[in-house]
Amino acid sequence: MVTAQRQESSQSGRFDIENVSVSYGSEKALQGVSFCIEPRRVTALIGPSGCGKSTLLRCFNRMNDAIDNVEVEGLIALNGEDINAKAVDAVSLRMYVGQVFQRPNPFPLSIYDNVAFGPRTQGVRKRDELDEIVIDSLKKAALYEEVKNSMKKHAFELSGGQQQRLCIARALATRPGVLLMDEPCSALDPISTGMIEETVQQLKEIMTIVMVTHNMQQAARISDTTAFLLRESIEEPAELIEICDTNTMFTQPSDIRTENYITGRFG
Amino acid sequence: MNKPANQKKNKTVRFQTGIQESRRAVSNSLIEKIARFRNTRALDSVATVVITMLGWTAIFVLIGIAGFLIHSSIRAFDEVGIWSMIAGTDWFPTSSDARFGFLPAQVGSVWVTIVALAACVPIGVFSAVYLSEFASSKFRETAKAVIEFMVTIPSVVFGLIGLAVLVPLIRTYLPVDSGLIGLTAGLVVGIVCLPTVISISEDALRSVPNELRHGSFALGNTRWQTAYKVVLPAASSGVFAAIMLGMGRAIGETMVVLMLAGNAGIIPTSPFEAARTMTGTIAQETGEVVRGSVHFSVLFALGLVLFVATFIINLTADMILERSRKKWRR
Ligand SMILES: Nc1ncnc2c1ncn2[C@@H]1O[C@H](COP(=O)(O)OP(=O)(O)O)[C@@H](O)[C@H]1O
Ligand SMILES: [Mg+2]
Repeated sequence: MVTAQRQESSQSGRFDIENVSVSYGSEKALQGVSFCIEPRRVTALIGPSGCGKSTLLRCFNRMNDAIDNVEVEGLIALNGEDINAKAVDAVSLRMYVGQVFQRPNPFPLSIYDNVAFGPRTQGVRKRDELDEIVIDSLKKAALYEEVKNSMKKHAFELSGGQQQRLCIARALATRPGVLLMDEPCSALDPISTGMIEETVQQLKEIMTIVMVTHNMQQAARISDTTAFLLRESIEEPAELIEICDTNTMFTQPSDIRTENYITGRFG
Repeated sequence: MNKPANQKKNKTVRFQTGIQESRRAVSNSLIEKIARFRNTRALDSVATVVITMLGWTAIFVLIGIAGFLIHSSIRAFDEVGIWSMIAGTDWFPTSSDARFGFLPAQVGSVWVTIVALAACVPIGVFSAVYLSEFASSKFRETAKAVIEFMVTIPSVVFGLIGLAVLVPLIRTYLPVDSGLIGLTAGLVVGIVCLPTVISISEDALRSVPNELRHGSFALGNTRWQTAYKVVLPAASSGVFAAIMLGMGRAIGETMVVLMLAGNAGIIPTSPFEAARTMTGTIAQETGEVVRGSVHFSVLFALGLVLFVATFIINLTADMILERSRKKWRR
């Protein structure tokens, strides 16, 4: 995994999740989740607010480590390796498993420095090498044409949609094999949303994508596989209700609760 | 709270406070409603006027102080001259051929301030980074309480401790004749300024949204890398303002310099010499000066210089702080 980091993710990006539970202090948020995430596909996580989609997503790059009082149980294997094992370095894991957040969060730096941030952390210093990575990442995030003449501009001067694409480029610059996206379009207008969806379609050729979304149409449009999480009451932890091929999920869900949710009747 | 009561309340009062609601129960006719509406309007405008006046009071006091300082300095301006005070190198206020040059005091203040900042900026900013980025919330709360308490300790106490501890140390370990030098005073003034620098820098660091930290963690940065590559640059203007405020505090500090700087009348060429500061000069000489004399007026002129310097520094710091607070309101 660590050695595969700088390559264009060859065999990579498969997650096997077995019996994963997450608690915040004494409150169990997620219980007994098992499924697998296929490489080079878009897997959508859907479900009502507070059902643990973000919590589950944060397990995949151990971002829960950054929160106090979180306990993750169960096995999460990336390309066959347990990511919670002692020997695994969270830093290299996060370079391989990139994340894009709900609200665009560019650093208060120039466009160029934002994208070059990850590679610099990885130790890339040569100017031409950095240039190449930055341009390549911006192209993949479909932002290059708009900013190619203003790479020194401050990132905060970009529009919200451009900022989010910048954050995608920033995540791509470490050449990840997996990209996690937590409701990446929820703060954006429809046109920007469309551009990001298109980008996701192209990115899945080279990496695994896991996307949390509130928007069922979006899940239906862009994902190959959909997982439905539900917390049936406040006292109980959330569970994985159903995971299957997206078409099947939206045409003939096998669980009545899934059907209720996707047809708009909250179960 | 039981459910029906809750629902009822939600239904009847949507945008009103409890007080308005109970009043409504007392009177409900249309005329009374109008009368009450007028009343609240009148009360409102009275309150507005009072509050506005109070707000302006602070500004009037400030203008009053400036005016008083200028008025009292006029004699010095007339008889000594602005330029020969500000750029004058000799301070012999009581000799028959009196000289009123501010340079010894101004340069003394500059040395003490430089030493104070050199001592308190690195320590203060590091402490702030530690408190905001690494410390547990329990430790942070305790530390902030201690820091707030430090602000309330009279600086004469710090002066005493400096006299007892630092002065002998400096005389022993540095090649100086006396421990009462600009360096000693500057170090202690630095400690006096420390709480200001720490607590305002910490506020600035904490106002950086967590999303930025998470963005940095997600790129594989450690906490420490995140702190110095993302959080500190993002909060730089607030931290800078904290340093400016600390500087204003250092220039204005009186008791510590009076006790520790040595109060020599010459222009100090380094912090290793005895120095006097603007504040120290005023504090020391107002006791002996003849009221209404030129010397008396000159001390006011010196106070005016001090007032202008600290005013500019604090105003700049406030403007920077205000800008940095707005920065994250997206
Ligand atoms: N940092 C946290 N501390 C404590 N509880 C949390 C935290 N983040 C999320 N939770 C709890 O975990 C549950 C799932 O939250 P989340 O994963 O954010 O849901 P979703 O993303 O599906 O809206 C919620 O009940 C929420 O209150
Ligand atoms: Mg969420």
